[in-house]
Amino acid sequence: MSPLTHKLLRDLWRMKGQALAIAMVIAMGVMLLVMMTGLVNSLEQTRDTYYERYRLAEVFAPVARAPNVALADLAEIPGVSSVEGRVTGAALIDIAGRSVPVQAQAVSLPDFGTPALNDIYLTDGRMLDSSRSEEILLLESFALAHDLGPGDRLEATMNGARRDFRIVGLAQSPEFIFTTAPGELVPDDARFGVIWMSYSALAAAYDMDGAFNEALIGLSRNADEEAVLAEADRQLAPYGARGAYGLEDHLSNLFITQEIEGLKATNQSVPPIFLLVAAFLLNIVIGRMVEAEREEIGLMKAFGYTNAEVGAHYFRMVLAIAAGGAAIGCILGVASGRAMVGVYTQFYKFPFLIFDVDEASFVIGVAVSIAAASAGGVLVLRRVFALTPAEAMRPPAPADYSRSARMGQRIMHYLDQPTRMVARRITRQPLRMAGAVVGIACGMALSASTITIYAGFSRTIDLTFSVIDRSDVTVTFTHAVSEKTVFEMARREGVIRAEPERNVAVIMRNGLEEHRGAITGMVQNASLSRALDASGAAIPIRRDGLVISETLAGILGLEAGDSVSVDVREGRQPILDLPVVALADSLLGAPAYMEMGALNGVLKEPGRISGARLLIDEAYSEDIYTWLKDMPVVAGVSLKSEARDAFVRMLNTGAGWSRFIIGALAYIITFGIVYNAARIAYAERARDLASLRVIGFSKGEAAYVLLGELAAVVIVALPLGTLLGHYVSVLMASAYSTEVYQIPAFFDLATYGSAALVVIAAAVTSGLLVKRDLDRANLVEALKTRE
Amino acid sequence: MADFAYKTKGLTKVYGEGHSAVHALRGVDLEIPKGEIVVLLGPSGSGKSTLLNILGGLDRSTDGTAHFQETELGALSDSELTRYRRDHIGFVFQFYNLMPSLTARENVELVTEIAPDPMEPEDALELVGLGERVDHFPAQLSGGEQQRVAIARAVAKQPDVLFCDEPTGALDSKTGRAVLEVLQTLNARLGTTVLIVTHAAATAKMADRVLNFADGAIREVIENQTKVAASEIAW
Repeated sequence: MSPLTHKLLRDLWRMKGQALAIAMVIAMGVMLLVMMTGLVNSLEQTRDTYYERYRLAEVFAPVARAPNVALADLAEIPGVSSVEGRVTGAALIDIAGRSVPVQAQAVSLPDFGTPALNDIYLTDGRMLDSSRSEEILLLESFALAHDLGPGDRLEATMNGARRDFRIVGLAQSPEFIFTTAPGELVPDDARFGVIWMSYSALAAAYDMDGAFNEALIGLSRNADEEAVLAEADRQLAPYGARGAYGLEDHLSNLFITQEIEGLKATNQSVPPIFLLVAAFLLNIVIGRMVEAEREEIGLMKAFGYTNAEVGAHYFRMVLAIAAGGAAIGCILGVASGRAMVGVYTQFYKFPFLIFDVDEASFVIGVAVSIAAASAGGVLVLRRVFALTPAEAMRPPAPADYSRSARMGQRIMHYLDQPTRMVARRITRQPLRMAGAVVGIACGMALSASTITIYAGFSRTIDLTFSVIDRSDVTVTFTHAVSEKTVFEMARREGVIRAEPERNVAVIMRNGLEEHRGAITGMVQNASLSRALDASGAAIPIRRDGLVISETLAGILGLEAGDSVSVDVREGRQPILDLPVVALADSLLGAPAYMEMGALNGVLKEPGRISGARLLIDEAYSEDIYTWLKDMPVVAGVSLKSEARDAFVRMLNTGAGWSRFIIGALAYIITFGIVYNAARIAYAERARDLASLRVIGFSKGEAAYVLLGELAAVVIVALPLGTLLGHYVSVLMASAYSTEVYQIPAFFDLATYGSAALVVIAAAVTSGLLVKRDLDRANLVEALKTRE
Repeated sequence: MADFAYKTKGLTKVYGEGHSAVHALRGVDLEIPKGEIVVLLGPSGSGKSTLLNILGGLDRSTDGTAHFQETELGALSDSELTRYRRDHIGFVFQFYNLMPSLTARENVELVTEIAPDPMEPEDALELVGLGERVDHFPAQLSGGEQQRVAIARAVAKQPDVLFCDEPTGALDSKTGRAVLEVLQTLNARLGTTVLIVTHAAATAKMADRVLNFADGAIREVIENQTKVAASEIAW
C-alpha cells in the first residue's frame, strides 16, 4: 500500500464523524432513488404481467341489453383479437351484524371453461359448478374484510329479490384490484364487494338470458383503440350502448396508474435535493481539510509529487465518501424496497409482487452521487493546485479583516469585542456565510414543505368531508326515481334533513380533451353538499349552466364562460352543449354541478332523482339504516364516516405514504446541515476560541462567539427558508396530487412556525454538541498548533 | 500576604497510563518570589511547558501541590481557574494568538473589558511601542508587531504574573530582542512577575532566576547576580 493510501485511510478515520454524516446524506438520496425506482419498476412489471396473465380486457363496452349474437360482429372489428360478453349487475349484500347494506357488483363467468377475457385467480376454495345457481365466488379482499370464507352463506339482494348464496371460493382479479362503490371516489375493501356467478344463474337473476350487458374486448398489437371504441359504440347503439371506454379510464387501473405516477413524481423531485445538499457539504468539509493540511500539501509537492498526484489524493477522499455513501444507499434502498413491497402487496392486492431492483438505478445513483460530490471536490482541487510548496509550508497569514471591518463602524462602536468578532466574521466572508445560510434555508424549506404537505393532506380530508359534504349518509337508488322518495325519507323519524340529488353519467369534451365523469344535479341552496369557491363560500347552483371544479377545468382546459360538450350516457343519451358558469374548489374528484330541475329539463326527465343526502339524528341511525336496507329502490347506502376513514386509509397507505419517509429524512437532513455548519464553524475557530479561554474568558463567553455566529446564520436563514419552502411545497404538492385527489400547498403561519422550530431545535442541539467539544477542548493542544 | 508568587511541592504530571505513561513532571519543588523575571530553560520534553501550563491554570497536576500566593491551584474548579486566569494572569504565546477579526486596540480591549482593574488599551499599546498602529488588523502587522500586540493584550489587565511560552520563537533576533526589552520594561515599571519558557539560552542573561529543566525535573536553579539589559543580549 502506498503511503498516500495509508494517509487517505487514516484521514478518513480521523474525520469519520463528518465523513459519515455526508455519506449518510448521499446514502439517503440514493436509497430513495433505488427504493422508489425499484418499486415503480416492480409495480409496473407486476401490473403488466398480472393483466397479461389474466387476460384483462383493453376495452369495456357497457350496454343495456344486447343479444349474444352481437358479439360475433364485435369480433369482426379490425384490431379486435378477442371478445367476451358477460352480465353484470348491482347487488346489495347483507352482512350479519351490520345495519348498513354493502354495495356489490355481480359478474358472470362462463358456464364452462375459463373466460376469454378478465380471468380470475382463485385464492381459496374451488371454482363454480354452473349447475348450482346458489354458488358464488367472492372477491378475496372483501371476504377478508368481513371474515367470510368458502362454506359461508351470504344474503344478497339482486334486481329487487333477496337471495341466499353459498360461497365456494375466494378470488382476485386484475379488474378489481381497487374496488370503489358507484358514486364514490375512494376505494374501500370493506364497502364494496364483487360476486362472481355462473352466467346462467346471473342471467336468470337479471333477465339477461341469451344476452349480455357488458362486452369485453381484447385488442391485437397495433390496434387503433379509438377506432375500435367508435365502432363498438356504433354497433351497440341499438341495444342501449352506454359508451365504450378503454382500460385507461377503468377505475381500478386508473388508481394503480395514479399511485405509480405519484411514486414517480416523488422519485424525480426528492433524491436530487438530497444529492445537491451532499455535494454542498462535501465541498465545505474537504475545503476546510485542505486548508488545514497546507503543510502536508507543501511537503508532498516539495518531495516531488505532482499536482495531479496530490489532487488525486484528495479527490480519492471525495470519491471514497461519495462511493461509500452511494453503496450504503444501494444496500438500504434494496432492503427498504423489499420491506415496502410487503406494504404495497397489501395495498395493491396483487397475487404476486417481487421486488425487482432496477440495475440502472444503481448506476444512476452511484454516478449522480459521485458527480455531485465531484462538483464539490473540483473547487477544492483548484485550491490544492494553486498552492506552491513554499507558500504551503508557511503558516497562513492571519485572515485579513481590514477591508470588510470598516463597514458599520458606528454600529460596531456600541458592541463589545466578542460581538464584534461575530459581526466581522459574518461581514468578512459574506459568500461563505451565504453558503451556510442557503444550506440551513434548504433544511428549513425541506421541513416546511413536508409539514405543509402533511397539512395539505389534512385540509383535503377536512374540506371534502366536513366543509363540502355536511351530510351523514348518502343514498343511491337503483335507477332514477320520483322526487317523492326523498319527501318520504324526510318524513322518517330521525332524519333531520334530506336533499335530493340527480347524478348523470356523462363524457365531457372540450376539443381533444375528454373526461368520463358525472354531472350532479342539486337543489338551489342545498346545504348538505355544496359547491364552494376558493375562499370557502358556497357558490349558488345555476339553472343556466354548469359549475365545474377547478380540477375538471384543468383536465378539459376550460374557463368560466366557455362551453362544454356533454355526451349523456343514460336514458335517451342526448349530446348537449352547456355553458360553464363558475368554477368551484374541490380537492377530491372532478365534480360538475347543475341545478337539478334544469338538468332534468335538458334530459327531459322531470322530477327524477338518483340519490339523496341525509342528515340524521345519531340516536336513530340503526333504525334508519335498517329501513333503508329494506327499500327496494335503494342501491347503496354510504356513510360519510366510513368514506372518510377509507380516504384517510388510502392517503396513508398508497403513494401518500412516502410523505412520512420523506418527512423523516427531511428532519435528518435539516439536522445534518445545521450540525455540519456548527462543526465547520467550530473547526475554523478552535484556536481563537482556545485563546479566548486562556486569556480568561469563561466557557459561556467563548461559546457566545461561536454560537452567536450560528444563531445569526439561522436567523437569516429562517425567512429565506420560508420563501424556498413555499416553492418546494408547491412542487411537492403537485407531485402528490393525482386526478382523484388534490393536495393543496398553502402558506400557513403555524406550519412555518413549526418548521422554524425544527431548524431552531436542530441548531440548539448542534450548538450544545459543539459547545460540549469546546468545553472539553484541550487548551494547551489548541495553542501549540499553528492553525 | 505571601511574599512568593508560586510555590510547588512534589508537583507531578503523568500523561497516559501503564506502559505508555509519560512522566512530564517528576515531583518538582519550587518557589518563585514576586516581581522576578524567571527563565525556564531546557530541551523539548523536559517539562518546562508543562510546569508553565499548570501554574498558568491551563492544566492540572497529577500529584503534588502548586500554590499561587495563598491559593492551591489544584483545589480550584474549572470556573475558578478561568477566574484566576482572568484576574491574575497574562499570556504571551509563540504564535501570538491574536483575534484576526479585531484591530490591535480591539484585541487589547477584549481583555480590558473583562478585567477588574485594567489600564487604558492605548497606554498598553504605547508601552509596547505601537501607539500609532492601534487601528490596524493583525493581517496588516509584522510578526514582531503582532507579538507586541499580544504582549500589550497580556499586560493591559495589569496581571500579577505574565507567562510567555517561546515569545521570540517565531521572530528574528532584532525583533526578538525588542520584544524582550518590552518584557523587561514591564517588569521594572509594574513589578509584574514574568515567567519565560524558551530554548534560547541567551535569554537567561536578563533573568533574576534561571530554572534548568531536564527529564521532568529541575536540575539546577541559578540566581543571576549580573542581570543584563535585554538590548545587550547577543543571539
